Amino acid sequence: MKITYLLVAGFAILTSCTQQKKKLPILGEREPVEKTVDGKKITDTLYQTIPAFSFINQDSAVVTDKDFDGKIYVADFFFTTCPSICPVMHRNLFSVYEKFKDQPDVKFLSHTIDFKYDTPAKLREYANKLGVKGTQWEFLRGSKDSVYTLAERHYKVAVQEDKLAPGGFAHQGWFILIDKEKRMRGAYDGTNKEQVEQMVADMHTLLNEYKD
Amino acid sequence: MRNPLLYSILIFLCAASVLEACQSDNELNYARYYTSGKQLYDLHCQNCHNADGTGLNALIPPLTDTAFLKNNRNKLSCIIRHGLSDTISVNGILYSGVMPANHEMAEIDVAALVTYITNSFGNKQGLYDVSRAGTDLKNCAE
Repeated sequence: MKITYLLVAGFAILTSCTQQKKKLPILGEREPVEKTVDGKKITDTLYQTIPAFSFINQDSAVVTDKDFDGKIYVADFFFTTCPSICPVMHRNLFSVYEKFKDQPDVKFLSHTIDFKYDTPAKLREYANKLGVKGTQWEFLRGSKDSVYTLAERHYKVAVQEDKLAPGGFAHQGWFILIDKEKRMRGAYDGTNKEQVEQMVADMHTLLNEYKD
Repeated sequence: MRNPLLYSILIFLCAASVLEACQSDNELNYARYYTSGKQLYDLHCQNCHNADGTGLNALIPPLTDTAFLKNNRNKLSCIIRHGLSDTISVNGILYSGVMPANHEMAEIDVAALVTYITNSFGNKQGLYDVSRAGTDLKNCAE
């Protein structure tokens, strides 16, 4: 009898090993927090998350972090008159967008860093010309402070006003992959085709994590 | 060399080889422009116009409209040097974005770029040399 139990247990362990799903790493800062659960002290890990935000999109509608609840999304920073890396980034991101089109739990978020020129009307025109319909891909405008802080402190993407840079702004071309818990799960060079392909694969992996 | 037939054949061969050499000189020149044009394209143009010249949807015009490039051949140098802020119609789509200028670009480089662009992406216009670029650049509408 005991041997049978052992065998069953052993088999269960073996199969659980082989069936373990591939998971993406969790990026960003983390800190241990002590919690009391059922009278016992346990140590848990607190991961860095994207904080609450509120911006205006290409339809002049207010978009907040709540609109991304229950969704994975890709975020980047750009501006519509950018002559350097943005066209490459959005050519690549557009191909990703087409792959995940109409998938309800996938969104795209492009923050403009040109807070003066990129009005909702300009963002709408840009989205139309890029071929983006609806709001699965949000183009968001906010104050300089809020967007730049979000970029540098939370998404870890360097952005700045720079009169010497082409177009007047300097920024990095990262695509940041965010999960449903608002944690960073990947960062990819948006100008590099191979890395963008990796991102597509990782997005599938991430979506799989939420499937039973 | 007393046979007149042999003699004329020899003359003909000589003339042919001289012509042939001229021809390949031109071809060599063209190849030089084209190769250097491709390097300049990768550096200055590819980000927006894409490696295969297809542009970006309705944001950035493609370079595959052979009729447009043919009709505007003598304006291409000016567009490269001074940029573009007019609305243009390419392949039946209106493009109104701004193309940045390249004021620092030398005439020889502009010529190489035009040679590359007008002989790639389905275009076939042949060599566009530096003297042609010089003439066209003098006539740019400011």
